[in-house]
Amino acid sequence: MIFAGSPLVRSLRDGGDCVDSIYQELAKLVGKEYVSNQPEELYIYSFDLGTAESCRPQYVVSPRTTEHIQDILFLANREKIPVVPLGGGLSLAGLAVPLKGGILLDLKRMDSIIDVNEKARYAVVECGVSQGQLTSYLEKYYPRLTHSEPGAPPAATIAGNVMIHGQGDLAQPYGFNSDLVNGLEVVLPTGEVCHFGSIAIGAGWFTNHPLPEVGIFLGWCGTTGIITKLSIRLFPAKRIRGVGTFVLENEDFVPEVVYKLTHTQMAEDIVAFSSAIPPFASDLQQITVNIAADSERELEFKQEILWDDTLGEYIHRGEGAYLGFVRDLKRPQISKTSDYKKGGGFEYVGSIMPIERYPECYRKGREISERHGIPYTVTGRCVGAGHSMMFAWTYAFNRADPETIIQARRALHETDDLVLQLGGVIWKPGTYGQKLILERLDPGTRELMGKIKKLIDPNGIMNPGNWEVA
Amino acid sequence: MSGIVGLDRTIVEGGDILSALNFDIEKCLSCETQACFTQCQYLEIDKASAKEEILKIARGYDSFVLHECVTCYACEEYCPMGNHPFYLIVERQEALNIPPVPRPLIQRAVNLGVPFRGDPEIAEVHGPVLNMAAFSDLMGLIQGRLFKGLAVISKDDRKMFHYFCQLMYLHYARSSVIKERLPGIINTINKHKPTEVICFHDECYGTYTSYCPAVGIDVPFRPVHFFEFLHRQLTELKEAIRPVNLKVAYQRPCSSRLSPDKHHFVRDIFDLIGARYVEREYTDENALCCAGAIQGQRREGSRKRAIEIQRKNVEDMKKAGAEVCIFNCPACLQTLGPLVSAEGIKPMYMSDICRLAIGEKPAGWR
Repeated sequence: MIFAGSPLVRSLRDGGDCVDSIYQELAKLVGKEYVSNQPEELYIYSFDLGTAESCRPQYVVSPRTTEHIQDILFLANREKIPVVPLGGGLSLAGLAVPLKGGILLDLKRMDSIIDVNEKARYAVVECGVSQGQLTSYLEKYYPRLTHSEPGAPPAATIAGNVMIHGQGDLAQPYGFNSDLVNGLEVVLPTGEVCHFGSIAIGAGWFTNHPLPEVGIFLGWCGTTGIITKLSIRLFPAKRIRGVGTFVLENEDFVPEVVYKLTHTQMAEDIVAFSSAIPPFASDLQQITVNIAADSERELEFKQEILWDDTLGEYIHRGEGAYLGFVRDLKRPQISKTSDYKKGGGFEYVGSIMPIERYPECYRKGREISERHGIPYTVTGRCVGAGHSMMFAWTYAFNRADPETIIQARRALHETDDLVLQLGGVIWKPGTYGQKLILERLDPGTRELMGKIKKLIDPNGIMNPGNWEVA
Repeated sequence: MSGIVGLDRTIVEGGDILSALNFDIEKCLSCETQACFTQCQYLEIDKASAKEEILKIARGYDSFVLHECVTCYACEEYCPMGNHPFYLIVERQEALNIPPVPRPLIQRAVNLGVPFRGDPEIAEVHGPVLNMAAFSDLMGLIQGRLFKGLAVISKDDRKMFHYFCQLMYLHYARSSVIKERLPGIINTINKHKPTEVICFHDECYGTYTSYCPAVGIDVPFRPVHFFEFLHRQLTELKEAIRPVNLKVAYQRPCSSRLSPDKHHFVRDIFDLIGARYVEREYTDENALCCAGAIQGQRREGSRKRAIEIQRKNVEDMKKAGAEVCIFNCPACLQTLGPLVSAEGIKPMYMSDICRLAIGEKPAGWR
């Protein structure tokens, strides 16, 4: 990355005059109140909630429109200043920490829900729209529609989540959230705007197919451009939604139980978890199954098939237990583990893994946790009809205690290695995990990625430090 | 029911359990009703078989009752001899390894009661205390004039399992866990130096007044039933009471079967606050349990059975014209609350309807 001749570097070297010039230009583009170079504001953008080392940006800018982003990227590309897009800042893997400084683009002001098409079941949103915002909007105005909400806190953005191939509570029937994208508007690092999907020919936002695929934005973690608008598929929201829980004493049964549950095609989300704290979850595998129905009759029909017909044999043998069905989904369901250890910090390694690996993931994850003195927490969410699972190992730490942060970081790195040993793929890896993946990546693929990256981001300004293939 | 060889009063096996339990087999032999089982709403059994089965259980033999018991506690109330048929059943289920629920459910429940957030802060009270036990998250109910000036213990839901009476493990055939942990719980409560302990939940009251004496555990404080306390407070505030004029049903929890002598306070309170206790088939001694404990049992069809019991129960309330269903047990409310609500009957805690009667507005009341 060459920043030596940039005004930013010159300004730092020469006492800051040119910093002001960049600041002035940014202020002119988005308005003075939406740009800052003040240390107290830069500080809060220098870290995320995980264990990544902090890095401070030189500027924080909060654009409101696609045109603002175009202007900022023209400027940044011209001046070779790094640009890091930030949604909710909840990846926990340091993916929006400005590793090489530059401009931090806080996208939260771009929070318009542009359109909801009820009959074709999709929503068009700006990149700053949060999961919680869309959930409450749909509940209020379109109660028959819902979207696949991830387990992250509600401030996580829709765009940020698809950029990291996130999964939500409809992952079991419909797959990754990035599979549910109907179209994108993207600003390239050089400032041009592109559209993908049916919207690319002005035919609306209803499908991502059948035009030639240009899959270079999803999963790239903001290193190839900035998604400014997207269309996301919505699904029927049934009148009754709730969670049933099944408990197993033996982790070896989890893959077959999930296989049987997915065969019924009666469930929405299927999540297995086990954790040392609270004690009731310790040593056991709890499987939560989200069930939705429009009537009591439909609900009972589904429950009968799921619990009695499908899992009844485990109950009668005393190996599995039905814990009951609780109405009303308390969304999001997963992100409740951060206060299990005093100090409120947690980070996890996520992986995309064959479900048959669940028992080993659980056992080896416990070993790592116990070795580092951290109460274990593991979670596996079924993606597709058992096609894979997102398995996560969570490590809690005390934010006020640097030693526990270092400990958690070591455990996270060990787990990154473990994912690959077990035949999985690290999901939204931080820089350590990215390095491990790039070492193993098919050379042809890596070369192609490098060519693509160089072509669309010739000055390497987009989220540098992440996925450095060029 | 077929008899078993050697089943007569000269053979008393399993005597260790009987003596530890304060269960007298002679009382069963002389009992003329066998109401423990014949009155049971979940067993199909005649009087002669009932006698045979309770004696089998007392003598340490297997019995179909051990497999079919839904753990509703009601036989503790039905027994006219003051024996402890339900406690005996649970002891035998554990000894003979006939748990009513699958193993993971037992393990989960046993782990649930393990405190994990440090020790409670002990403040000496030297007066009456209200023990919220394992329901600290319901502190929002303890508001207004009924509770004014009353010291409360177990207010912190991170520490509440230090006050958890453990009796729930009767549903899991784990008397051993109760007996192991209960002395420590009693000791913690007693460190507050209470003159009397008002038990928020029937289960705690039943633990200290029924179970502890039955198994020989000393209780150094005076337990008070929550409804007795509410009745006492309402009587003092009689001038403030305005009749609520609501038709109410009451969901009797399983653990209230351990203190049938206090059940009259339900009707007494309703009389005092001008609530009409609707006439129902499944009420008082004939009450149906919430079925929360039944749905997860091992026996085939348990989940559907629970649904059927709940349906019968709610339909009965509806038929009787209940506008409100009163709960004391949070678990009953969690299980049945949404079902009664779906039928247009408002679920409500007893303390809340009492507050309503004295002109206070409980949270959530419309």
